[in-house]
Amino acid sequence: MVEHDRLNQVILNIIMIILCLFCVLPFVLLVSSSITDEAALVKYGYSFIPKKVSFEAYRYLLGSSTAIVRGYGITILVTVVGTFLNLVITTLLAYPLSRHDLPGRNVVAFIIFFSMLFNGGIVPSYIMWSQIFHIKNTIWALIVPNLMMNAFYVIMMRTNFNANVPDALIEAARIDGADEWTILAKIVLPISKPILATVTLMVGLSYWNDWINGLYYINKDKYFSIQILLNRMLQDVQFLKTSSIGSQSGSLLATLPSVGIKMAVAVMGVLPIMVIYPFFQKYFIKGITIGAVKG
Amino acid sequence: MNKSVKHRSAGHSRFKRYLPLYLMMIPGLVYLGINNYIPMAGIIIAFKKVNYAKGVLKSPWVGFKNFEFLFTSKDAWVITRNTILYNLVFIVLGTVLSVAVAIILNEIRLKRAKKVYQTLILIPFLISIIVVSYLSYAFLSTDNGFINNSIIKAAGGEPVNWYAEPAYWPFILTLVFLWKSFGYNSIIYYATVVGIDQSYYEAAAIDGATRWERVKYITFPGLKSTIITLTLLAVGRIFYSDFGLFYLIPMNSGPLFDVTNTIDTYVYRGLMQMNNIGMSSAAGLYQSIVGFILVLTANSIVTKLSKDDALF
Repeated sequence: MVEHDRLNQVILNIIMIILCLFCVLPFVLLVSSSITDEAALVKYGYSFIPKKVSFEAYRYLLGSSTAIVRGYGITILVTVVGTFLNLVITTLLAYPLSRHDLPGRNVVAFIIFFSMLFNGGIVPSYIMWSQIFHIKNTIWALIVPNLMMNAFYVIMMRTNFNANVPDALIEAARIDGADEWTILAKIVLPISKPILATVTLMVGLSYWNDWINGLYYINKDKYFSIQILLNRMLQDVQFLKTSSIGSQSGSLLATLPSVGIKMAVAVMGVLPIMVIYPFFQKYFIKGITIGAVKG
Repeated sequence: MNKSVKHRSAGHSRFKRYLPLYLMMIPGLVYLGINNYIPMAGIIIAFKKVNYAKGVLKSPWVGFKNFEFLFTSKDAWVITRNTILYNLVFIVLGTVLSVAVAIILNEIRLKRAKKVYQTLILIPFLISIIVVSYLSYAFLSTDNGFINNSIIKAAGGEPVNWYAEPAYWPFILTLVFLWKSFGYNSIIYYATVVGIDQSYYEAAAIDGATRWERVKYITFPGLKSTIITLTLLAVGRIFYSDFGLFYLIPMNSGPLFDVTNTIDTYVYRGLMQMNNIGMSSAAGLYQSIVGFILVLTANSIVTKLSKDDALF
């Protein structure tokens, strides 16, 4: 019985290890290829073990091209500003909805909920943002459309406020003379830190990874975020050379390591997430789990 | 307490009392109005011949012309077929894999190993689909790809031009989809498994149930409700596809369109690359309306099966 059980455990662990390798190996190929000598790549292709190690691709990316640094700048700016705005808007909408005594809250809840069931589609949306609001090729194009509020997170946050903030606490604060803004800031938010952290992470991730707004609304390389840059470079690695913000040094142009640089630039794209993930892993898992519980 | 009762009785002070709460909701509602509700009104574009110079409202009406063009073309059939078939395969395989992983995670006793597995299988979910397109390119590139160079050449075969051979793509796209999403769904199912009352397992152990029997009679039934909800949610979205998966992973390659074109990629190409707003908006409205009907249908089915699992 015990022997049998131990065998079971071994088999189950082996299955999980295989699945984990399935998830991780593509990244090994990516990193390994990015530090392989260009000539070796041309001869043997991308491989898991570098035939000859070389950091030329990174030297080129960081040394003679400003595009990557600029891309990081745009991405960080958009992520910070966007996530902040999203969090403010979401909290301010979710909190009143969580108040059982607020007249008309069901109407508002329905308006929010309906937007999750039906949408006008991308065509009217694109025409509106570009023709009425003229956000094409502005930094707002990366911040405002679609990402600045997510109905799902509003409902999730409302449910969380309902469950974790006792009505009696709010009532007591009001009797003490606190106004609604004070109640929100001093009582509700401090005890809701876990949900705020979770929403911040999920929204931050969607801003960091967003490329669709860039695809629709940005065609000036001045506003290329790291994802847009990646998208452009996979199709046309020469973009780094021709881009007005790309290279500074003429002498290096001829030696663009075009095969390896593709992988190096992708590594640069995932690196920040991989670095912070271990520290926030707990919150990501929590976010997914909370999100799964319906609003 | 008395004070608040008195408060509630007076209409004017009642409004004054709630005013700050209404003010708080303004930014969110304005955003929702612009981002979601104006485009809903914009579905009229599907019945117009849009002329940017005149503006949407002044562009001439064309009735159902755009839909006639769309549905008499071969595209309407291809994009509908692809969108639905891929989704069905994704739903079935994705659910089986994720539920299996959740159960395996629950059975594994090494706490630390369990943590590591959860952390690793979630990585693909965190990565942008753009980076995934680089990863698949590293494997599939005709000249430099790992598969052509390290596997096919080593075995003495002829290199395959992956980005021009439609036959492989249903498998490739399914594999990429599973790779990117199974960890996320496994975590959701695993959370449900962890929530199952432990006393059931203890009672079963006392009764001498085997491990497999416990999975079959306790874990699996415990997961049923989550499986139903997530599956029907997915069925409700069967008319929508992950644009990035179908556009970026095949690198927008023309020869593959027959097996990679979905409603979402079609709408994008019509709008941004072929400047065919009529067809594009007709396809978009077709998606919105059928999608809406499907969500309502899916929900009413859940309501019938088990009321608690319904969404609304």
